[in-house]
Amino acid sequence: MYEEVTILKIGDSIVVPIQVELHDSSAKTLQENILQKIERFGSQGLIIDVSAVLIIDSFLGRVLIDTASMAKLMGAETVVVGMRKEVVLTLLHLGLTMKNLHTALNIEDGFSLLNRLTSSISGNLLGVSHDKKATT
Amino acid sequence: MIKKPQLNNKPVKPDNSNLIPIANFENVILGRQRVREMMNSLGFSLLDQTRIVTAVSELARNIVVHAGGCGEMIISAIEKNNKKGIECIFKDQGKGIADVNMALQKGFSTSNSLGLGLSGAKNLCQEFEINSVVGKGTQVTIREWVKR
Repeated sequence: MYEEVTILKIGDSIVVPIQVELHDSSAKTLQENILQKIERFGSQGLIIDVSAVLIIDSFLGRVLIDTASMAKLMGAETVVVGMRKEVVLTLLHLGLTMKNLHTALNIEDGFSLLNRLTSSISGNLLGVSHDKKATT
Repeated sequence: MIKKPQLNNKPVKPDNSNLIPIANFENVILGRQRVREMMNSLGFSLLDQTRIVTAVSELARNIVVHAGGCGEMIISAIEKNNKKGIECIFKDQGKGIADVNMALQKGFSTSNSLGLGLSGAKNLCQEFEINSVVGKGTQVTIREWVKR
């Protein structure tokens, strides 16, 4: 049984607000659905909103990291937004640092980070240097 | 007119004990929810709840992944020296762990995972005990006490 997670298309990006408690196989299904949407819409950005997610364990943490690297291979940058402070502290205890993941406090910040990430990529292609904040 | 069954007509559960068979990932979610409910009623902080429920998630998943879902978890409210706490026992009839110390090392995995489950769960709770017999199964007990 998979509880559908809404995937919204907003401009060049897609936004995934996770509102249900995901178990392992539903997390995998969601990952596939996200990749499908990126392929269909040619999205350049992916925002995963985890503000309603009460716990991120090693499996869900890995799914988030993997989804971001897969999206990257498809040409989309990923920002995970809204991680709760309890979740963050627990992730560190768990030993999961998620250092390669772009994160932001909320969706709004997530969008501005995405803008910088995608513009710095096109900037680099054109040989234009952009501000350093855009890299992480 | 047919009377609707009363909503609170559920069979009375034993006050402080709860057994949940862990056969699949949905049971893991149920176990997580039960632990959260009990911790909430015992007065644990949100951070403590998040920490322990994460450990519970790792240990219950181990039953599904490594013991083929042949196992159960038992949640109990406990008390010692006027301190309240929660105890969760994870029992499985899987193939057991040959080298427990190795399995507890960060990054050790036999299932192509990150290898943070068992070591992470140990780091996340105040008390952690593991007993494993090859061919028989594994039992993990975690305990957490309400801080005052």
